[in-house]
Amino acid sequence: MPTMNLLQAINNALDIAMGEDDKVLCFGEDVGSFGGVFRATSHLQEKYGRARCFNTPLVEQGIIGFANGLAAQGSVPVAEIQFADYIFPAFDQIVNETAKFRYRSGDLFNVGGLTIRAPYGGGISGGHYHSQSPEAYFTHTPGLKIVVPRDPYQAKGLLLASIRDPDPVIFFEPKRLYRAAVGEVPEEDYQLPIGEAEVTKEGTDVTLVGWGAQMEVIERAVELAEKDGISCEVIDLRTLLPWDQDSVAESVFKTGRLVVTHEAPRTGGFAGEIAAAIQERCFLYLESPIARVTGLDTPFPLTLEKEYLPDHLKIVEAIRASVNF
Amino acid sequence: MTTTQDIHEPTFLAGDEFSIPTFRLLKQDGTLHEGAKAPDLEHDKALAIYRAMVATRVLDERMLAAQRQGRLSFYMQCTGEEAAVIGATAALDDADMIMAQYREQGALVYRGFTFDEFMNQLFGNELDYGKGRQMPIHYGSRKLHYMTISSPLATQIPQATGYAYGQKLAGEGHCTTVFFGEGAASEGDFHAALNMAAVHEVPVIFFCRNNGYAISTPSIEQFAADGVAPRAFGYRMHVIRVDGNDILAVYSAAREARRLAVEHNQPVLIEAMSYRLAAHSSSDDPSGYRSKKEEEAWREKDPILRMQRWLIDLGWWSEDEEKALQESLRREVLETMKRAEKRPPPPLDSLVTDVYADVPPELQRQLDALKTHIRHYPEAYPKGARSLDPDVQAGDDVAAKGGE
Repeated sequence: MPTMNLLQAINNALDIAMGEDDKVLCFGEDVGSFGGVFRATSHLQEKYGRARCFNTPLVEQGIIGFANGLAAQGSVPVAEIQFADYIFPAFDQIVNETAKFRYRSGDLFNVGGLTIRAPYGGGISGGHYHSQSPEAYFTHTPGLKIVVPRDPYQAKGLLLASIRDPDPVIFFEPKRLYRAAVGEVPEEDYQLPIGEAEVTKEGTDVTLVGWGAQMEVIERAVELAEKDGISCEVIDLRTLLPWDQDSVAESVFKTGRLVVTHEAPRTGGFAGEIAAAIQERCFLYLESPIARVTGLDTPFPLTLEKEYLPDHLKIVEAIRASVNF
Repeated sequence: MTTTQDIHEPTFLAGDEFSIPTFRLLKQDGTLHEGAKAPDLEHDKALAIYRAMVATRVLDERMLAAQRQGRLSFYMQCTGEEAAVIGATAALDDADMIMAQYREQGALVYRGFTFDEFMNQLFGNELDYGKGRQMPIHYGSRKLHYMTISSPLATQIPQATGYAYGQKLAGEGHCTTVFFGEGAASEGDFHAALNMAAVHEVPVIFFCRNNGYAISTPSIEQFAADGVAPRAFGYRMHVIRVDGNDILAVYSAAREARRLAVEHNQPVLIEAMSYRLAAHSSSDDPSGYRSKKEEEAWREKDPILRMQRWLIDLGWWSEDEEKALQESLRREVLETMKRAEKRPPPPLDSLVTDVYADVPPELQRQLDALKTHIRHYPEAYPKGARSLDPDVQAGDDVAAKGGE
């Protein structure tokens, strides 16, 4: 099986999708002959031509508005927003248009073919505007699906599933792992399910839930916790909307403890939604309060990025506090 | 409402009716074009402009090298566009507002931002006015009327319209100049800004640095029209296209634009034609999307060399002075860099201040929890742990001036 980094896996998924279906188009800022600032779309223009893989003018609201139109027409646009931090000029198109297209027309029209790819997250000394995790702005919007892969294998399978999904998907890519995450990825076409979490490690004492780049951080925390004799169950949510409550609840029934972690600020972050839903379903099974390990309620910093981030040490402390409650 | 004559045939206009000329005064050899008249630019001011251009170039060269050595996380150069930025700035009153995109450090150099001030921001140390929160090159200076840089493109353009409207109401005779690239001009914010400025008769100068590229995207893939300038017609705004590598032309155009803005409350669009000689940023490698030959052709149009020749012809500058200036600037860059590198980062508490005017209780709780955590693992968070110890306080008289 070939080894790929996360970028190569994404490029490979786009290649398969474009090769299989002429209706699939990839576009965005610098996406054309240059192949994107991270090179996720490398060689796609050479292979499929300028009509199907191209640079757009520098206008995010235009990119997503254009993509909504294309999707409504029956094409399958895969639009890139260069950094998730720059998705906000397109917020109106995504929240008021993409998410409501099917509902408001009584299913006369839909933009289900649309996939929006955007690199997100910190840990790259990117400061306020190259580090944010804006997923919670979008999880508050019924009609969207939100998918976040944790590694190259997941990225390829989930991206292919997102492109073929009958609903619009925002696919947030953990850019810190673009080149850092390397793993075996099948050459052939495959899909991983949207809306299903994955238990990546079984355990009995405490459940850890995360997604994307945070899964690697959880892994490091779990190594430390297990040295203390704490058995951890780890769940990668993979899809944030609609999210797999059943898998998380089932795990918490067993462990009685839950730690949720994300890079985004705490207040209004998606961990809050998970905590609320799980206490509703698992109240009598809980042995300790559900813990959140998140960024602070501040803009994403630069010099003090390390202090801000929910790293493995903060997670292991939360695990210990949960178990010793 | 339109008030044009009626026609009774479907005759379309293709837009090619608009042909916008380019204003040039200075040739590359340092002499004036035939029929061109140099602006009224006195000796001292001309040299201040020139020194700022050279200082910007030297700063950029040295800081890119520092980035390559791993001393700095990120850098962006103004190289090739010094005349556009500094010529426009020199035409303003020093109290006029500047809202830049991110490649306009030359404006700050001209207005007297010191190398120490540059370095403190670049290294995000405790003296950085921005408190180490933004990536390198995101400068700001209240005392120099230079709005702190924000990475999202074009957001500053409608803000400039609003700022300048406020200046008009204040009636103190000031205007705002907003810089942006031809790529950013594709954003919706650009169009909103120009329309509102024209409707509300706002003293704002929209200064477009058309440098040919938005990262890898060439301007021919950015717009089908003849540059950005023709858009002014759509908003009924004064417009001029200028050779951005011609310091005299930029200065003249910007000075006249300022007169229109301040005396007549007329917004103006200036499109300066130039070339981004350097990479987009230290993270970019242009060899993937443009040729060395193309770059070389533009290197021959170097705006600094062009002004230098003009100054030498006037007898206002010499090669000896050039050499001395370059050497002293290089030395100053290295000295200030070493000073800034050694300074500690901003204190941990700066993580939570300025989110609001006052720190809310929940955020204070988050900070307290973070401090407890860092006390537990001080070695894992050296920057944060440092300021937990009350004995470690890097006192400095420059610090007391901060935030200006």
